[in-house]
Amino acid sequence: MFGYYLDLALRSLRRNKILTALMVLAIALGIGASMTTLTVLHVLSGDPLPGTSDSLFYPQVDPRDMDGYEEGKRPADQVTWTDGLNLLHAKRADRQALMTGGAVPVQPAQSNIDPFFSDARYTSSDFFPMFKVPFMYGRPWTEGEDNSRARVVVISRKLNEKLFGGKDSTGQTLRMKDTAFQVIGVLDEWKPTPRFYDIYMQSYGSVEDVFVPLSTSRDVHFEHSGSTDCWGTGGGDDEHAETSPCTWLQFWVQIDGADKVKAYHDYLVHYSQEQKTLGRFQRPPNVALPGLMEWMDINKVVPGDVRLQAWLALGFLLVCLVNTVGLMLAKFLRRSGELGVRRALGASKREVFMQLLVESGVIGLAGGFCGLLLAFVGLWLVRKQPSDYAALAHMSVGMLTFTFLLAVGSTLLAGLLPAWRACQITPALQLKSQ
Amino acid sequence: MDIKPILSALRRHKAGTVLIALQIALTLAIVCNALFIIQQRLAHLSEPTGVDEANTFVITNEWVGSPSSQRADAMMREDLRVLRELPGVADATSSNSFPLRGGGWDDGIKLTPDQVKDTSGAAVYFGDDHFLNTLDIPLIAGRNFRPEEITAMDVRDRLAPPVAIVTKPLADKLFPNGDAVGKTVYFVGNPTTIIGEVELLQSQSVERWASAFAWRSIIVPKRLAVSLGVFYIVRAQPGQLDAVMRAAPEALFKSNPRRIINDDDGVQSYATIRAKAYEGDRGMALLMGVICLVLLAITAAGIVGLTSFWVGQRRKQIGVRRALGATQKDILRYFMTENFLISCGGVLFGALLAIAINLWMVTRFEMHRLSLAYLLAGVLILLLLGQGAVLAPALRASRVPPVEATRSV
Repeated sequence: MFGYYLDLALRSLRRNKILTALMVLAIALGIGASMTTLTVLHVLSGDPLPGTSDSLFYPQVDPRDMDGYEEGKRPADQVTWTDGLNLLHAKRADRQALMTGGAVPVQPAQSNIDPFFSDARYTSSDFFPMFKVPFMYGRPWTEGEDNSRARVVVISRKLNEKLFGGKDSTGQTLRMKDTAFQVIGVLDEWKPTPRFYDIYMQSYGSVEDVFVPLSTSRDVHFEHSGSTDCWGTGGGDDEHAETSPCTWLQFWVQIDGADKVKAYHDYLVHYSQEQKTLGRFQRPPNVALPGLMEWMDINKVVPGDVRLQAWLALGFLLVCLVNTVGLMLAKFLRRSGELGVRRALGASKREVFMQLLVESGVIGLAGGFCGLLLAFVGLWLVRKQPSDYAALAHMSVGMLTFTFLLAVGSTLLAGLLPAWRACQITPALQLKSQ
Repeated sequence: MDIKPILSALRRHKAGTVLIALQIALTLAIVCNALFIIQQRLAHLSEPTGVDEANTFVITNEWVGSPSSQRADAMMREDLRVLRELPGVADATSSNSFPLRGGGWDDGIKLTPDQVKDTSGAAVYFGDDHFLNTLDIPLIAGRNFRPEEITAMDVRDRLAPPVAIVTKPLADKLFPNGDAVGKTVYFVGNPTTIIGEVELLQSQSVERWASAFAWRSIIVPKRLAVSLGVFYIVRAQPGQLDAVMRAAPEALFKSNPRRIINDDDGVQSYATIRAKAYEGDRGMALLMGVICLVLLAITAAGIVGLTSFWVGQRRKQIGVRRALGATQKDILRYFMTENFLISCGGVLFGALLAIAINLWMVTRFEMHRLSLAYLLAGVLILLLLGQGAVLAPALRASRVPPVEATRSV
């Protein structure tokens, strides 16, 4: 029966090509626009570490002076060197890592590669197990190496390919800023999106190429870069970064279990009180412990324009669908005579209904297919944009399936009302009026 | 024209009528808000900076080998001398930042030292006695910095300028009576006397986070003498911008090669700076415009399609009316009026929907309230669109001959 309906549908669609083209085009435009924007939104608002992000938290304390103090304002966005180390060494969480970003001059041993600057992350040993960073070769550094300020480095797969031709480079020497470092690990492909751990430095950028222990980076005077917020006499320069009143480090913890989260929050309050007694903090204890996704929300990591565009495109799809409902209604009712004959010859309402639904399904399929092509064009256009997230705008298998289901589903939905209306025709009346 | 028969005819086509009206309503709601967003973005990206943009460019200069503060200061003063002596240069200055740079130093200003909340935020510009002349922002009150007032500042120094020049928007915010010159404000915790006022100087960023202190700028008599580097702002004589933009880095390298000026963005004209600063706004306006046009086209096509169907369906009735003496004009007017009635219903509902969407966006996307003019413009556009779209099918209907009444009975 389905084959017959399909044949009928194709015949009917061929009979009025302009109307068919119009319906397919409307659906295609609506689907294309919404899929482009939804894909971008989906990529940008995704979970950077699925399965792990629930247990990751971003502790915040408020070490600033009373200048500009207002009750109820959020604590400082990052931590100072002193607080970072205190919290790191207290080890109250299951895992904790202190970090900041920078750029280091890499001096390759090969004479055919000029020295170049690489983005670097200075962090502590828990960074790798806590964020489940995949390793291709070697291992992360240990806490002992953190403490001894070891000259060790973990490099990205990309840098390993550039410098060592993709071979296992552990044990090799890498010179950076006139200091020899031993390569102990090479990362596998790792691309958390958004790059959650330091959203103040290109929240949708790729991960750094060079990872060295934070203690070592201070020892060899690697320059730090990224958001630096100072108060009082803070100047924010690198030489005095340990002592100046500036927040410039990110501190992340892994806490497994809700009661432990509460305990850690209490610990932060207690720590702030203690620091106030010591005279380091001036403000009343003001702490926060947002989870990873909450921290992304608070900082509005997903650009407002992207969300606005997604809503706009959905509105656009809605208009296209209403348009299609109207056109299909006109089309189906115009065939009242034909449907009346079919009904009179014994087709049940259900069968006529099915026949019309097959027809709208065909339109949906065609519209969905064209919409998909338009979405690829749209994403290609997005990738041409200069924003830092542009390169991420790629269709995934999930989104591809979703697009198709959305197209066919919404057109079938749009076909329901016209098909139902067309079924209500009384055959006798239709035949008589011919 | 009697609308009663039209209404009773429409009652027999409820689904179609409601669908057209709904489509018009949705289109109106989206188009109104989109037009409004376009207008806001376009207004935003054509806001003035106060700078003589046609003749001005910026050099991003980085020092090599981290020189001491004193050394950096000396090199910078030498650079400024070289730039000012270059043929075709009107004036040059050095600063920590420049308008539309995308970010920079902003700080709070207070009227009393013990005040808890800042009276206003302000973008902080370092400038010497050539700053106002280079950017071509004339004083409207008070005086310029004297050369002896300009001091060098290293990163570790606390910014405590005894005097400062402010923009009019900042002066008006701090002292609404308009007598800001000579007054003392507290800036980074220290007293500063306002000695001059300029009309206009945009902040470093035009992103939304900086919109609270847009155009509120403070110029302090400082030279940024740090090992990293500094920005040189140069104004060329009219018509000489391109030549000076090429000559300036060459002259600087000739005088002192220990520096980096990037090939791609080391020397930027204000046209480039402006284009970069407003990239997102322009893209958004363009996208909204395209969506509006496509939406209107689809709605028009929908009206044409549905009306054509109605005309086809009613050929016999039209024939009867014509046979009973109705003129072609009467038939045309019938369909035009019918569409007008449906459109009116649609725009009425659409107007409410547009306002509702706008109110929702005000809470979610830091949008302004929709002005009534946009709503009226949208209503007008859709009514005209409806009438335009219905014209072709209505004309076809009016050409149905009276003899149609006798056919196929």
